[in-house]
Amino acid sequence: MAREVTLLDFWPSMFGIRVRVALAEKGIRYEHREENLRNKSPLLLQMNPVHKKIPVLIHNGKPISESLNIVQYIDEVWHDDAPLFLPSDPYQRAQARFWADFVDQKVFSTGRRVWTTKGEEQEAAKKEFLDTMRLFEAELGHKPYFGGESFGYVDVALVAFYSWFYTYETFGNFSIEAECPMLIAWAKRCMEKESVFKSLPDEKKIFEFVMQLRKRFGIE
Amino acid sequence: MGEEVKLFRTWSSPYALRIVWALKLKGVQYETIYEEVSHKSRALIEYNPIHKKVPVLVHNGKPIAESLVILEYADEIWKQSPLLPQDPHRRAMARFWAKFGDEKVLPSIWEAFTKQGKEQEEALSIAMENLKFLEEELKGKKLFGGEEIGLVDIALGWLANLVSVFEEIIGLQLMPEEKFPHLFAWMQVFADIPVIKESWPPRDKMVAKFQALREVHLSKEAQKD
Repeated sequence: MAREVTLLDFWPSMFGIRVRVALAEKGIRYEHREENLRNKSPLLLQMNPVHKKIPVLIHNGKPISESLNIVQYIDEVWHDDAPLFLPSDPYQRAQARFWADFVDQKVFSTGRRVWTTKGEEQEAAKKEFLDTMRLFEAELGHKPYFGGESFGYVDVALVAFYSWFYTYETFGNFSIEAECPMLIAWAKRCMEKESVFKSLPDEKKIFEFVMQLRKRFGIE
Repeated sequence: MGEEVKLFRTWSSPYALRIVWALKLKGVQYETIYEEVSHKSRALIEYNPIHKKVPVLVHNGKPIAESLVILEYADEIWKQSPLLPQDPHRRAMARFWAKFGDEKVLPSIWEAFTKQGKEQEEALSIAMENLKFLEEELKGKKLFGGEEIGLVDIALGWLANLVSVFEEIIGLQLMPEEKFPHLFAWMQVFADIPVIKESWPPRDKMVAKFQALREVHLSKEAQKD
């Protein structure tokens, strides 16, 4: 059974993390293959010729790429396995897709600017990052999860970045918890789930990884 | 019927046009509200506070924003003329190509359109790399959706209009027929579909608008040097 599902992944990638969480939530057994992005495997190049990126899910020989696509695919194929990530009501589904798309539009690029820039540029990035987090906090409101009572699509989309918060905070010299306490409370609540806890890498390891990246890119 | 459907759009937005096509294909009655980019209505800002953009679909008072999100919503509510296939893998592929269009094809063509000289040459080369992937994907198919128009056709439909407008303005070929025979053929088939044909914004207005936009971009670049 495990041979039917393969995940091409890279341990620090938030996008890979999303798929790990989704697979764990559904209890799907799979083969995990770690890619070296500086020396991509022929399988990766064959399965994602357009972007040559991870994550790629290979199910019964057929590839699916783009993390949110993969999460939706998992939800649709394993629809009998609780929980369903997307709500059943079409309007709620549209809202979930909107917010997950918003994570994609904002969080990676602003977070990246926080750890790759300095001075005015970095201050602008920090402001934009925190403004974005506040919007998420407002959307969460008093719900335990973005999905309402249960962990859902938007939760998967956003919690994947939690391991990276320590890195953003350290390089940006700010505290996300101080600005968005409800959001951090939500992240910690998610971390109580085994699927999340086991899928997210250690935040200090992410920090070390980024230190290496900065050296390689020549950023001080 | 008691169903109220409103579409907030501008006269030229290719993203909003997607929703026009989808609603017309599905035979849905709707009210159009035209927005001016320079002077957005309070309603639009209320319905889409995050992005403050068109299109926004308001269905029985509830707003949905982001064109690809709206298309999936429309497909789930109005099941006639389905845009997405049933099979999960084919659905995933459709979503993949729609995203590829928005994240790679459109920006690369826009780059080629708004630059000049060496920068334009480089941008053109990247745009053509992206178009090659679409060309491959079309092999053996009449439309991206197969025999019937689907999500990917709607998402990429802007090509069938804007490419010729851009080519006219910059005097260069973005999509030569010899290099992209399948894409070329697809554009003809797509543009001939009655609902598509009747919905294009006026061409002379499009040429004037994009000519002006190109000039703004070129002068901004000139100021940088």
